[in-house]
Amino acid sequence: MVREIENVAGIPVVQIATIVPIMLTVGANRIVPGVAIPHPVGDPTREGEGDRAVRRQLLERALKAIMTPIEEQTVFTS
Amino acid sequence: MKMTTKTTTQTTTTTTTKRVVCYINQFFAGMGGEEQAHVPPLVRPGAIGPAAQVQSLFGGEAKVVATVICGDSFYGEHLEAAREECVRMIGEFKPDVLMAGPAFNAGRYGVACGDVCAAVTEGLGIPAVTGMFSENPGVELYSPQVFIVKTADSARGMKDALGAMTSLARKLLGGAPLGAAEEEGYFSRGTRRNFFYETSGARRAVDMLLKKLAGTPFSTEYEMPVFKRITPAKPLENLEKATIALVSSGGIVPRGNPDHIRVSSAESYGIYDISGLDDLTPDEFESIHGGYDRVWANEDPDTVLPLDVMRELEKEGVFGKLYDHVFTTTGTGTAVAHAERFGREIGERLKRDGVDAVILTST
Repeated sequence: MVREIENVAGIPVVQIATIVPIMLTVGANRIVPGVAIPHPVGDPTREGEGDRAVRRQLLERALKAIMTPIEEQTVFTS
Repeated sequence: MKMTTKTTTQTTTTTTTKRVVCYINQFFAGMGGEEQAHVPPLVRPGAIGPAAQVQSLFGGEAKVVATVICGDSFYGEHLEAAREECVRMIGEFKPDVLMAGPAFNAGRYGVACGDVCAAVTEGLGIPAVTGMFSENPGVELYSPQVFIVKTADSARGMKDALGAMTSLARKLLGGAPLGAAEEEGYFSRGTRRNFFYETSGARRAVDMLLKKLAGTPFSTEYEMPVFKRITPAKPLENLEKATIALVSSGGIVPRGNPDHIRVSSAESYGIYDISGLDDLTPDEFESIHGGYDRVWANEDPDTVLPLDVMRELEKEGVFGKLYDHVFTTTGTGTAVAHAERFGREIGERLKRDGVDAVILTST
Protein backbone atom coordinates (compact mmCIF):
# COMPACT_ATOMS: atom_id res chain seq x y z
CA MET A 1 0.00 0.00 0.00
CA VAL A 2 2.80 2.42 0.98
CA ARG A 3 4.78 1.70 -2.14
CA GLU A 4 1.86 1.99 -4.53
CA ILE A 5 0.68 5.31 -3.06
CA GLU A 6 4.18 6.72 -3.53
CA ASN A 7 4.44 5.17 -6.97
CA VAL A 8 1.10 6.38 -8.31
CA ALA A 9 0.95 9.80 -6.65
CA GLY A 10 4.68 10.49 -7.02
CA ILE A 11 4.78 12.04 -3.53
CA PRO A 12 6.82 11.09 -0.46
CA VAL A 13 5.09 8.61 1.86
CA VAL A 14 6.52 7.98 5.29
CA GLN A 15 5.46 4.87 7.14
CA ILE A 16 5.36 4.72 10.92
CA ALA A 17 5.15 1.18 12.28
CA THR A 18 7.00 -1.00 14.69
CA ILE A 19 8.38 -3.92 12.71
CA VAL A 20 11.06 -2.31 10.57
CA PRO A 21 11.95 -5.47 8.56
CA ILE A 22 8.34 -5.69 7.32
CA MET A 23 8.40 -2.07 6.18
CA LEU A 24 11.69 -2.73 4.38
CA THR A 25 10.18 -5.85 2.77
CA VAL A 26 7.03 -4.19 1.49
CA GLY A 27 9.09 -1.42 -0.07
CA ALA A 28 8.52 1.63 2.16
CA ASN A 29 11.19 4.22 1.38
CA ARG A 30 10.87 6.54 4.36
CA ILE A 31 10.52 4.63 7.62
CA VAL A 32 9.99 5.87 11.16
CA PRO A 33 9.99 3.13 13.82
CA GLY A 34 6.90 3.32 16.03
CA VAL A 35 6.42 2.71 19.74
CA ALA A 36 4.70 -0.68 19.79
CA ILE A 37 2.53 -2.79 17.50
CA PRO A 38 -0.83 -1.96 19.17
CA HIS A 39 0.00 1.76 19.57
CA PRO A 40 2.56 2.80 16.96
CA VAL A 41 2.14 6.55 17.53
CA GLY A 42 1.53 6.79 21.23
CA ASP A 43 2.59 5.43 24.57
CA PRO A 44 -0.43 4.86 26.79
CA THR A 45 1.83 3.69 29.60
CA ARG A 46 2.76 7.33 30.01
CA GLU A 47 0.00 9.39 31.51
CA GLY A 48 -1.84 12.06 29.50
CA GLU A 49 0.67 14.52 28.08
CA GLY A 50 3.47 11.96 27.98
CA ASP A 51 1.55 9.90 25.43
CA ARG A 52 0.89 12.97 23.33
CA ALA A 53 4.52 14.09 23.54
CA VAL A 54 5.69 10.77 22.12
CA ARG A 55 3.19 11.09 19.29
CA ARG A 56 4.35 14.61 18.52
CA GLN A 57 7.98 13.56 18.48
CA LEU A 58 7.28 10.73 16.02
CA LEU A 59 5.19 12.96 13.73
CA GLU A 60 7.86 15.67 13.72
CA ARG A 61 10.33 12.96 12.78
CA ALA A 62 7.99 11.83 9.99
CA LEU A 63 7.75 15.41 8.68
CA LYS A 64 11.54 15.62 8.76
CA ALA A 65 11.68 12.38 6.74
CA ILE A 66 9.31 13.88 4.18
CA MET A 67 11.71 16.85 3.80
CA THR A 68 14.85 14.70 3.53
CA PRO A 69 16.28 13.71 0.14
CA ILE A 70 17.07 9.98 0.06
CA GLU A 71 18.47 7.62 -2.54
CA GLU A 72 17.37 4.36 -0.96
CA GLN A 73 15.14 2.96 1.79
CA THR A 74 15.97 4.92 4.92
CA VAL A 75 15.07 4.37 8.58
CA PHE A 76 14.74 7.64 10.52
CA THR A 77 15.52 6.98 14.16
CA SER A 78 16.15 10.58 15.18
CA MET B 1 -23.22 -34.89 -1.44
CA LYS B 2 -19.99 -34.65 -3.35
CA MET B 3 -20.46 -38.00 -4.97
CA THR B 4 -23.90 -37.07 -6.21
CA THR B 5 -22.70 -33.84 -7.74
CA LYS B 6 -19.88 -35.57 -9.49
CA THR B 7 -22.13 -38.21 -11.00
CA THR B 8 -24.56 -35.61 -12.27
CA THR B 9 -21.80 -33.58 -13.91
CA GLN B 10 -20.37 -36.58 -15.67
CA THR B 11 -23.73 -37.56 -17.01
CA THR B 12 -24.30 -34.07 -18.35
CA THR B 13 -20.89 -34.06 -20.00
CA THR B 14 -21.62 -37.13 -22.01
CA THR B 15 -25.14 -36.23 -23.05
CA THR B 16 -25.12 -32.52 -23.88
CA THR B 17 -22.90 -30.38 -26.03
CA LYS B 18 -21.41 -27.53 -24.03
CA ARG B 19 -21.88 -23.98 -25.26
CA VAL B 20 -18.81 -21.81 -25.73
CA VAL B 21 -18.61 -18.07 -26.38
CA CYS B 22 -15.28 -16.65 -27.53
CA TYR B 23 -13.99 -13.11 -26.98
CA ILE B 24 -11.44 -11.65 -29.42
CA ASN B 25 -10.24 -8.20 -30.47
CA GLN B 26 -10.70 -6.34 -33.77
CA PHE B 27 -7.39 -7.61 -35.11
CA PHE B 28 -8.06 -11.31 -34.67
CA ALA B 29 -11.59 -10.77 -35.99
CA GLY B 30 -10.00 -9.63 -39.24
CA MET B 31 -11.48 -6.14 -39.01
CA GLY B 32 -8.17 -4.29 -38.98
CA GLY B 33 -5.36 -3.09 -36.75
CA GLU B 34 -4.97 0.11 -34.79
CA GLU B 35 -7.26 2.03 -37.14
CA GLN B 36 -10.11 -0.24 -35.98
CA ALA B 37 -9.10 -0.43 -32.30
CA HIS B 38 -11.86 2.02 -31.40
CA VAL B 39 -14.75 -0.28 -32.39
CA PRO B 40 -17.28 -0.90 -29.61
CA PRO B 41 -18.35 -4.43 -28.65
CA LEU B 42 -20.25 -6.41 -31.28
CA VAL B 43 -21.30 -10.00 -31.53
CA ARG B 44 -21.17 -12.50 -34.41
CA PRO B 45 -22.88 -15.87 -34.39
CA GLY B 46 -20.55 -18.86 -34.52
CA ALA B 47 -16.76 -18.99 -34.45
CA ILE B 48 -14.73 -16.09 -35.87
CA GLY B 49 -10.90 -16.03 -36.22
CA PRO B 50 -9.12 -18.14 -33.58
CA ALA B 51 -12.53 -19.25 -32.32
CA ALA B 52 -12.75 -21.52 -35.37
CA GLN B 53 -9.70 -23.38 -34.09
CA VAL B 54 -11.25 -23.56 -30.63
CA GLN B 55 -14.26 -25.20 -32.27
CA SER B 56 -12.16 -27.84 -33.99
CA LEU B 57 -10.21 -28.56 -30.79
CA PHE B 58 -13.42 -29.15 -28.86
CA GLY B 59 -14.76 -31.37 -31.63
CA GLY B 60 -18.27 -32.53 -30.84
CA GLU B 61 -17.93 -31.88 -27.11
CA ALA B 62 -18.72 -28.21 -27.35
CA LYS B 63 -20.05 -25.70 -29.82
CA VAL B 64 -18.80 -22.14 -30.24
CA VAL B 65 -22.18 -20.42 -30.36
CA ALA B 66 -20.95 -16.85 -30.72
CA THR B 67 -17.87 -14.63 -30.88
CA VAL B 68 -17.86 -11.27 -29.11
CA ILE B 69 -15.47 -8.75 -30.63
CA CYS B 70 -14.26 -5.45 -29.16
CA GLY B 71 -11.59 -2.96 -30.20
CA ASP B 72 -8.67 -2.92 -27.76
CA SER B 73 -8.65 0.84 -27.36
CA PHE B 74 -12.38 0.94 -26.87
CA TYR B 75 -12.16 -1.59 -24.06
CA GLY B 76 -9.22 0.17 -22.45
CA GLU B 77 -10.76 3.62 -22.65
CA HIS B 78 -14.30 2.66 -21.65
CA LEU B 79 -13.56 -0.13 -19.22
CA GLU B 80 -16.87 -0.15 -17.41
CA ALA B 81 -19.11 0.38 -20.43
CA ALA B 82 -17.22 -2.23 -22.48
CA ARG B 83 -17.30 -4.74 -19.65
CA GLU B 84 -21.01 -4.28 -19.11
CA GLU B 85 -21.86 -4.59 -22.79
CA CYS B 86 -19.63 -7.62 -23.36
CA VAL B 87 -21.04 -9.46 -20.34
CA ARG B 88 -24.57 -8.71 -21.56
CA MET B 89 -23.80 -9.98 -25.08
CA ILE B 90 -22.06 -13.09 -23.75
CA GLY B 91 -24.86 -13.79 -21.27
CA GLU B 92 -27.50 -13.78 -24.00
CA PHE B 93 -25.96 -16.91 -25.49
CA LYS B 94 -26.14 -18.76 -22.15
CA PRO B 95 -22.64 -20.25 -22.51
CA ASP B 96 -21.08 -22.85 -20.25
CA VAL B 97 -17.62 -21.33 -20.66
CA LEU B 98 -15.96 -18.18 -22.04
CA MET B 99 -12.71 -18.42 -23.99
CA ALA B 100 -10.94 -15.06 -24.39
CA GLY B 101 -7.92 -14.26 -26.56
CA PRO B 102 -5.22 -15.51 -26.34
CA ALA B 103 -3.67 -12.06 -25.99
CA PHE B 104 0.04 -13.08 -26.04
CA ASN B 105 2.02 -9.94 -25.14
CA ALA B 106 -0.56 -7.38 -26.31
CA GLY B 107 -1.13 -5.21 -23.25
CA ARG B 108 -4.51 -3.67 -23.94
CA TYR B 109 -5.85 -6.95 -25.35
CA GLY B 110 -4.55 -8.75 -22.24
CA VAL B 111 -6.29 -6.34 -19.93
CA ALA B 112 -9.52 -6.66 -21.94
CA CYS B 113 -9.35 -10.48 -21.90
CA GLY B 114 -8.59 -10.58 -18.17
CA ASP B 115 -11.29 -8.08 -17.39
CA VAL B 116 -14.01 -9.74 -19.43
CA CYS B 117 -13.10 -13.15 -17.96
CA ALA B 118 -13.22 -11.81 -14.40
CA ALA B 119 -16.55 -10.08 -15.04
CA VAL B 120 -18.12 -13.14 -16.68
CA THR B 121 -16.91 -15.46 -13.92
CA GLU B 122 -18.41 -13.18 -11.32
CA GLY B 123 -21.49 -11.99 -13.18
CA LEU B 124 -22.57 -15.12 -15.04
CA GLY B 125 -21.07 -17.69 -12.71
CA ILE B 126 -19.38 -19.66 -15.49
CA PRO B 127 -15.70 -20.52 -15.89
CA ALA B 128 -13.58 -18.39 -18.20
CA VAL B 129 -10.17 -19.08 -19.71
CA THR B 130 -7.72 -16.79 -21.45
CA GLY B 131 -4.06 -16.98 -22.43
CA MET B 132 -1.19 -14.50 -22.13
CA PHE B 133 2.58 -14.12 -22.19
CA SER B 134 4.10 -13.80 -18.70
CA GLU B 135 4.94 -10.11 -19.13
CA ASN B 136 1.50 -9.06 -20.29
CA PRO B 137 0.19 -6.56 -17.69
CA GLY B 138 -3.09 -8.50 -17.74
CA VAL B 139 -1.33 -11.35 -15.92
CA GLU B 140 -0.47 -9.27 -12.88
CA LEU B 141 -3.88 -7.61 -12.85
CA TYR B 142 -6.11 -10.61 -13.34
CA SER B 143 -4.24 -13.83 -12.52
CA PRO B 144 -5.66 -13.92 -8.97
CA GLN B 145 -9.22 -14.13 -10.35
CA VAL B 146 -8.89 -15.59 -13.82
CA PHE B 147 -7.49 -18.77 -15.38
CA ILE B 148 -4.73 -17.40 -17.63
CA VAL B 149 -2.83 -20.02 -19.61
CA LYS B 150 0.86 -19.31 -20.20
CA THR B 151 1.52 -18.56 -23.87
CA ALA B 152 4.33 -17.39 -26.13
CA ASP B 153 4.78 -13.66 -26.69
CA SER B 154 3.24 -13.58 -30.17
CA ALA B 155 0.63 -15.24 -32.34
CA ARG B 156 3.28 -17.71 -33.51
CA GLY B 157 2.30 -19.57 -30.36
CA MET B 158 -1.39 -19.66 -31.29
CA LYS B 159 -1.66 -23.40 -31.76
CA ASP B 160 -0.12 -24.30 -28.40
CA ALA B 161 -2.02 -21.55 -26.62
CA LEU B 162 -5.40 -22.65 -27.92
CA GLY B 163 -4.58 -26.29 -27.19
CA ALA B 164 -3.73 -25.49 -23.56
CA MET B 165 -6.74 -23.19 -23.16
CA THR B 166 -9.12 -25.79 -24.54
CA SER B 167 -7.70 -28.53 -22.38
CA LEU B 168 -8.08 -26.36 -19.29
CA ALA B 169 -11.61 -25.36 -20.31
CA ARG B 170 -12.52 -29.04 -20.66
CA LYS B 171 -11.48 -29.67 -17.09
CA LEU B 172 -13.34 -26.63 -15.84
CA LEU B 173 -16.44 -27.90 -17.63
CA GLY B 174 -16.32 -30.92 -15.38
CA GLY B 175 -14.51 -33.39 -17.59
CA ALA B 176 -11.62 -34.12 -15.21
CA PRO B 177 -10.27 -32.84 -11.89
CA LEU B 178 -8.14 -29.73 -12.07
CA GLY B 179 -4.47 -30.07 -11.10
CA ALA B 180 -2.13 -27.47 -9.66
CA ALA B 181 -1.47 -24.31 -11.70
CA GLU B 182 2.02 -25.45 -12.65
CA GLU B 183 0.81 -28.81 -13.96
CA GLU B 184 -2.08 -27.30 -15.87
CA GLY B 185 0.02 -24.53 -17.39
CA TYR B 186 -1.82 -21.49 -16.09
CA PHE B 187 -0.61 -18.62 -13.89
CA SER B 188 -1.15 -19.38 -10.22
CA ARG B 189 -4.24 -17.71 -8.81
CA GLY B 190 -2.68 -17.85 -5.37
CA THR B 191 -5.31 -20.29 -4.09
CA ARG B 192 -4.42 -23.38 -2.12
CA ARG B 193 -6.38 -26.59 -1.90
CA ASN B 194 -6.12 -28.93 1.05
CA PHE B 195 -5.14 -32.51 0.46
CA PHE B 196 -3.33 -35.27 2.31
CA TYR B 197 0.30 -36.16 1.65
CA GLU B 198 1.62 -39.64 2.17
CA THR B 199 4.54 -38.28 4.17
CA SER B 200 4.55 -35.91 7.13
CA GLY B 201 5.54 -32.24 6.96
CA ALA B 202 8.77 -32.93 8.86
CA ARG B 203 9.77 -35.61 6.38
CA ARG B 204 9.01 -33.38 3.39
CA ALA B 205 10.92 -30.45 4.91
CA VAL B 206 14.00 -32.60 5.43
CA ASP B 207 13.73 -34.00 1.90
CA MET B 208 13.52 -30.46 0.58
CA LEU B 209 16.53 -29.39 2.61
CA LEU B 210 18.57 -32.34 1.37
CA LYS B 211 17.70 -31.45 -2.22
CA LYS B 212 18.68 -27.86 -1.59
CA LEU B 213 22.02 -28.91 -0.05
CA ALA B 214 22.67 -31.21 -2.99
CA GLY B 215 21.90 -28.37 -5.39
CA THR B 216 19.09 -30.30 -7.07
CA PRO B 217 15.76 -28.68 -8.00
CA PHE B 218 12.98 -28.60 -5.42
CA SER B 219 9.74 -26.72 -5.12
CA THR B 220 8.51 -24.98 -2.02
CA GLU B 221 5.09 -25.76 -0.60
CA TYR B 222 4.57 -22.18 0.47
CA GLU B 223 5.76 -19.44 -1.82
CA MET B 224 6.63 -16.12 -0.31
CA PRO B 225 5.36 -13.04 -2.11
CA VAL B 226 7.96 -11.07 -4.03
CA PHE B 227 7.79 -7.36 -3.27
CA LYS B 228 8.88 -4.63 -5.61
CA ARG B 229 11.04 -1.64 -4.92
CA ILE B 230 10.54 1.86 -6.24
CA THR B 231 12.82 4.89 -6.39
CA PRO B 232 12.09 7.18 -3.44
CA ALA B 233 9.97 10.21 -4.28
CA LYS B 234 11.61 13.62 -4.07
CA PRO B 235 11.32 15.30 -0.67
CA LEU B 236 9.03 18.25 -0.03
CA GLU B 237 10.66 21.63 -0.19
CA ASN B 238 8.02 23.73 1.43
CA LEU B 239 6.34 22.11 4.39
CA GLU B 240 4.49 25.28 5.39
CA LYS B 241 2.39 25.10 2.24
CA ALA B 242 2.06 21.33 1.99
CA THR B 243 -1.15 19.33 2.22
CA ILE B 244 -0.53 16.08 4.06
CA ALA B 245 -2.83 13.06 4.20
CA LEU B 246 -3.14 10.42 6.91
CA VAL B 247 -3.49 6.77 5.88
CA SER B 248 -3.50 3.76 8.17
CA SER B 249 -3.64 0.00 8.03
CA GLY B 250 -4.28 -0.03 11.77
CA GLY B 251 -8.04 -0.60 11.46
CA ILE B 252 -9.36 2.66 12.97
CA VAL B 253 -12.90 3.22 11.66
CA PRO B 254 -16.03 5.10 12.74
CA ARG B 255 -17.84 3.13 15.44
CA GLY B 256 -19.88 0.28 14.01
CA ASN B 257 -17.55 -0.11 11.00
CA PRO B 258 -20.06 1.35 8.51
CA ASP B 259 -18.18 0.05 5.44
CA HIS B 260 -17.88 -3.48 6.84
CA ILE B 261 -14.12 -3.62 6.39
CA ARG B 262 -12.97 -7.11 7.27
CA VAL B 263 -11.08 -7.51 10.55
CA SER B 264 -8.43 -9.47 8.70
CA SER B 265 -7.70 -10.39 5.06
CA ALA B 266 -9.28 -7.06 4.10
CA GLU B 267 -10.53 -6.60 0.58
CA SER B 268 -11.55 -2.96 1.03
CA TYR B 269 -10.66 0.26 2.80
CA GLY B 270 -12.69 3.18 4.12
CA ILE B 271 -12.48 6.89 3.36
CA TYR B 272 -13.63 9.08 6.26
CA ASP B 273 -14.16 12.82 6.48
CA ILE B 274 -12.16 14.28 9.36
CA SER B 275 -12.38 17.92 8.27
CA GLY B 276 -14.35 18.96 11.37
CA LEU B 277 -12.43 16.85 13.88
CA ASP B 278 -9.54 17.73 16.19
CA ASP B 279 -9.38 14.41 17.96
CA LEU B 280 -10.46 10.78 17.42
CA THR B 281 -12.58 9.96 20.44
CA PRO B 282 -13.55 6.45 21.55
CA ASP B 283 -17.19 7.56 21.32
CA GLU B 284 -16.90 8.02 17.58
CA PHE B 285 -14.04 5.76 16.48
CA GLU B 286 -12.83 2.27 17.24
CA SER B 287 -10.31 -0.28 16.05
CA ILE B 288 -11.61 -3.34 14.22
CA HIS B 289 -8.15 -4.75 13.43
CA GLY B 290 -8.00 -8.50 14.07
CA GLY B 291 -4.23 -8.70 14.43
CA TYR B 292 -3.33 -6.83 17.62
CA ASP B 293 -4.70 -6.14 21.11
CA ARG B 294 -7.14 -3.29 20.60
CA VAL B 295 -7.35 -2.14 24.22
CA TRP B 296 -5.19 0.98 23.75
CA ALA B 297 -6.49 1.84 20.30
CA ASN B 298 -10.04 1.71 21.61
CA GLU B 299 -9.16 3.92 24.58
CA ASP B 300 -7.53 6.47 22.28
CA PRO B 301 -7.66 5.86 18.52
CA ASP B 302 -5.07 8.64 18.05
CA THR B 303 -2.40 6.20 19.24
CA VAL B 304 -2.87 4.44 15.89
CA LEU B 305 -4.22 7.21 13.65
CA PRO B 306 -2.66 10.39 15.05
CA LEU B 307 -5.25 13.00 14.14
CA ASP B 308 -4.99 15.06 17.33
CA VAL B 309 -1.31 15.94 17.02
CA MET B 310 -1.51 16.35 13.24
CA ARG B 311 -4.23 18.93 13.80
CA GLU B 312 -2.08 20.61 16.43
CA LEU B 313 0.90 20.80 14.05
CA GLU B 314 -1.38 22.13 11.32
CA LYS B 315 -2.73 24.88 13.61
CA GLU B 316 0.79 25.85 14.62
CA GLY B 317 1.62 26.25 10.94
CA VAL B 318 4.29 23.53 10.93
CA PHE B 319 2.71 22.28 7.72
CA GLY B 320 0.03 23.77 5.48
CA LYS B 321 -3.08 21.64 5.64
CA LEU B 322 -4.24 18.24 6.76
CA TYR B 323 -6.12 16.52 3.91
CA ASP B 324 -9.79 16.39 4.84
CA HIS B 325 -10.19 12.61 4.58
CA VAL B 326 -8.36 9.65 6.09
CA PHE B 327 -8.01 6.24 4.45
CA THR B 328 -8.03 3.16 6.64
CA THR B 329 -7.99 -0.60 6.33
CA THR B 330 -6.86 -3.59 8.38
CA GLY B 331 -3.40 -4.80 7.46
CA THR B 332 -3.42 -8.36 8.71
CA GLY B 333 -3.47 -11.30 6.36
CA THR B 334 -4.29 -8.83 3.61
CA ALA B 335 -3.40 -10.18 0.17
CA VAL B 336 -0.58 -8.27 -1.47
CA ALA B 337 -2.68 -7.78 -4.59
CA HIS B 338 -5.43 -6.11 -2.56
CA ALA B 339 -2.98 -3.93 -0.63
CA GLU B 340 -1.41 -2.82 -3.90
CA ARG B 341 -4.81 -1.97 -5.32
CA PHE B 342 -5.71 0.07 -2.21
CA GLY B 343 -2.42 1.92 -2.65
CA ARG B 344 -3.01 2.61 -6.33
CA GLU B 345 -6.54 3.88 -5.77
CA ILE B 346 -5.57 6.03 -2.80
CA GLY B 347 -2.53 7.32 -4.71
CA GLU B 348 -4.67 8.33 -7.67
CA ARG B 349 -7.11 10.21 -5.48
CA LEU B 350 -4.36 12.01 -3.56
CA LYS B 351 -2.66 12.98 -6.80
CA ARG B 352 -5.93 14.31 -8.20
CA ASP B 353 -6.52 16.35 -5.04
CA GLY B 354 -3.03 17.82 -5.01
CA VAL B 355 -1.85 16.19 -1.78
CA ASP B 356 1.90 16.68 -1.28
CA ALA B 357 2.85 13.92 1.15
CA VAL B 358 1.44 11.05 3.20
CA ILE B 359 1.99 9.75 6.70
CA LEU B 360 0.93 6.12 6.87
CA THR B 361 0.71 4.31 10.18
CA SER B 362 0.66 0.53 10.54
CA THR B 363 0.30 -1.80 13.47
